[in-house]
Amino acid sequence: MISCAVLIIGGMLYAADHMDAPAVKGQTTDITDLYVFEGKNTNNLVLVGNSQGLLAPSATAAAQFDPNTLIQFKIDNNGDNVEDLVIQAIYSGGSMYFYGPVRPSLTGLRTKIEESALIGSVPVTPYGAHPIISTCNNGIKLFAGPRDDPFFFDLNQFHKIIGGMATSFNNPGSDTFAGTNVLSIVIEVPKDLLHATSGKLGVWLTTSSKESSGFAKN
Amino acid sequence: MNPSIKHCLAFATALLLIAACKKGQPLPVSPYFDEADQMARPAINTVFIGAADKDKFNVTIPTQMPATFGAEMKASLLALNPGYTTNLLGLTADQFIGVLSTDVLNASTTGKTTFYDGTNVLTGRALADDVIDVELTLIFGGPKGAANPGLTSDHVDANDVAFLTEFPYLASPH
Repeated sequence: MISCAVLIIGGMLYAADHMDAPAVKGQTTDITDLYVFEGKNTNNLVLVGNSQGLLAPSATAAAQFDPNTLIQFKIDNNGDNVEDLVIQAIYSGGSMYFYGPVRPSLTGLRTKIEESALIGSVPVTPYGAHPIISTCNNGIKLFAGPRDDPFFFDLNQFHKIIGGMATSFNNPGSDTFAGTNVLSIVIEVPKDLLHATSGKLGVWLTTSSKESSGFAKN
Repeated sequence: MNPSIKHCLAFATALLLIAACKKGQPLPVSPYFDEADQMARPAINTVFIGAADKDKFNVTIPTQMPATFGAEMKASLLALNPGYTTNLLGLTADQFIGVLSTDVLNASTTGKTTFYDGTNVLTGRALADDVIDVELTLIFGGPKGAANPGLTSDHVDANDVAFLTEFPYLASPH
């Protein structure tokens, strides 16, 4: 039996990877940023995967995760830059389902959901609501929903410099991402589940689209 | 707690509302998915990969990136900074691109997690890390980080709102 406790707590642009390439620009697959850092509980590591960036507040309530887009943290734990473990997340029926960390049955560009490694799910936090958090086995915590885009950069001035219309940044600069939102997934996991060699991991974030496989896309 | 509910951890206070999450396999799984986008370190595809290759970069596995994009990335570095010699980390253009061209974010499980804090290099990426200034300094700043002072910082040093000290850490949406 797999279950989690869900806590509802009171209370044209591109950049880091925002809209980085034609095929993903404006799509649910468009990654904006990856963060990996030690949790408040220092036994844990936090992985943040952001997508669908540059959401104006007026557009945020309507932004949705896509049941046909699989989001994955790929984790190399022995230094060869090949994923040894994956943490997967996919949206279904108002919740985000998380799987792993588990050795993937496939590495590389083609992926399948590791169904037997279901961690649990968390309802996607609606825009304007307090964050809904699931706490699962091993103390794993899950979140999915809109958040402030944590990225900051004077991207507009950078474009002027690259375009030859300016020769330096302004001081102070202007944060192009101020006031914008992203769709975030956040998972906090015990470090010892990631089996790092020599205390080092390599992590990358991917999105993948469901193959149509002869059935109508849902 | 029922020991058969091995995955469940619940705690409650007057301020916390608890609900059981869904159980079992939730999804009518279409078995296979194909990669569409990927990233690790910020702005690699954006800054170093030309327009014609941006989609290709997103569907190239990390181990194949250096051979596929290393030359293009080095050319981009030298186009951005024709005077590049070495950077604050002492890396030549080839060495710097050698590090960057495998787009994987290193993360420490035993020490501080930071993109770069003056001491620790590429041991993670924290929310507040000024990754753009780090990258600008390494691209434009020369061996002491002091060259091209108008290009080594965008003078946006922090996020527009404060982060949370607890999970989920990111700030509420605007």
